Amino acid sequence: MNIDKDLVAAMATPLVLAILVQGTSYGYAILGRVRELSGGDVEWTDGMLYPLLHRLERLGYIGAEWGASPEGRRRRYYEITEAGRAQLVEQRTQWATANRTLGALWGQTASPAGA
Amino acid sequence: MTVALVETRISEWRAAVLRGGAVADTDADELEGHLREQISDLEAVGLAGDEAFLVAVKRLGEVHQITAEFAREHGERLWKQLAMPRPDDGRLRSTVTMLAFAAVTAVLIQLARVLTAMPGASEAWFVRDVSLFVLPVLAAYFALVRRMPGRRALVLVAIVGVLALAVNLFPFADGAGTEILVAIHLPVALWFVVGAAYVGGDIRASARRMDFIRFTGEWAIYYALIALGGGVLVGLTIAVLTPIAPGAVEQVITWVLPSGAAGAVIVAAWLVEEKKSVIENLAPVLTAIFTPLFAVMLLGSAVVYGVVGSGQEFDRDLLFVFDLLLLVVLGLVVYGISARDGARGAGAMDAVRLVAVVAAIALDVLVLASMFERVGEFGFTANRVAALGLNLVLLVNLTVTAWLTARLLTGRGQAVRVERWQTGYLPVFAAWVAVVVLALPPIFGFA
Repeated sequence: MNIDKDLVAAMATPLVLAILVQGTSYGYAILGRVRELSGGDVEWTDGMLYPLLHRLERLGYIGAEWGASPEGRRRRYYEITEAGRAQLVEQRTQWATANRTLGALWGQTASPAGA
Repeated sequence: MTVALVETRISEWRAAVLRGGAVADTDADELEGHLREQISDLEAVGLAGDEAFLVAVKRLGEVHQITAEFAREHGERLWKQLAMPRPDDGRLRSTVTMLAFAAVTAVLIQLARVLTAMPGASEAWFVRDVSLFVLPVLAAYFALVRRMPGRRALVLVAIVGVLALAVNLFPFADGAGTEILVAIHLPVALWFVVGAAYVGGDIRASARRMDFIRFTGEWAIYYALIALGGGVLVGLTIAVLTPIAPGAVEQVITWVLPSGAAGAVIVAAWLVEEKKSVIENLAPVLTAIFTPLFAVMLLGSAVVYGVVGSGQEFDRDLLFVFDLLLLVVLGLVVYGISARDGARGAGAMDAVRLVAVVAAIALDVLVLASMFERVGEFGFTANRVAALGLNLVLLVNLTVTAWLTARLLTGRGQAVRVERWQTGYLPVFAAWVAVVVLALPPIFGFA
């Protein structure tokens, strides 16, 4: 199952922030993590991650620093900031509300159909 | 063999990403790092080098999509680009359009001169209305170039119409102070109309407003340069030709000069659009030179005023001088902000900027306090209201700017907040200017 493009776009910010909350990371690894978590259902054009990361950086949600990979390759590492954590909490509440609202509807209609 | 091939492919891909200027070199590094990582992972599971390259590039996405996304995020980089690559006939058309509009305003100015000579008209009318013969043409030029939707363009036409009617129907007394106020503020009001056309009617978007702020500064620089060149040209023409034909030269110059000055308004605007990177490189240098100098000057003045005291007799026009000073400081600040790289953290320049702003505020508060005493003494006049109002508008802006800059410096705020504040404040300026042009004259009985 592939998730609709708009929904992926809406998920992008909380997804990246939530991954970075678990620790500093870099673009390629973030995408790997997304793929792994969703079992490949969340399709992401890899290149689109970077403009998003830059946007989050400009908004002050994450910080970035050049570093090196263990193999000595130049890499840009991203780290969540306090503002980013606050934003994630905010996003999480919104998603929980959306989830609860839809869940309440689908929970009701699903059971009679299933019975 | 294939390794070399893959390397060539990667550098070709990198060049394609960099083309167009939306993706900076360091971003390309980041993307290339991603690409290489993907390639080596794919090779590790058994793909050949060139196969791995193809798959990795495909996963990264179409180059034009990536660059478009980067362009959306980094509008200021596109701003730096010289005219986007376009066919030659496009350039020719743009030049012809610009010249046509410049010619229109040049002719309109002559029309205004003829009208001034008519019975019943006066020099004061020319001074007051001259901007109406120039700036709406510039707005129309942008409306055309930006392919502004008809309905939005009509709104602008209506605004210009209201302004033109109002200032011409107001029964100003002879040599009225409010008329001079209108003469000063009407061009600014019209400049906001130009701004609305410049952004193609998209006036809500903060990024587009910032573009307009940049445009304003760069237009001013170009105009000053053209005026300088024009001055040399006129001076030499007079010096060379006066011995031969004394009367005629003066006559020609008095006709050519106003048209040239009006046409240059359009030409300068066109140059800003066509040759963005030229001034783009110059403007940060100018602000870098003048912000510290102004900071020193302001600091010194604030100290002197603080020590000597502000109880002295202030000249009536002093508040206007301070308005001008605050405007210049605001210009330097806004310009500095617009030219700074959004992704960079706070730097020494931000600290200098903060010093300049805080000193300007301190200085202004000293003057303002004594001005309020005077107003209490002599009551309100249109001039004082205009000067005090502008002062207050600027003071609020600069105070918040100082606060946001201080937060930026202590690492608790982002540069984008300062930018948003400035772009968000533009309507306040526009509203104040509209008040001065439309409301103050009736309130003060057109005196």
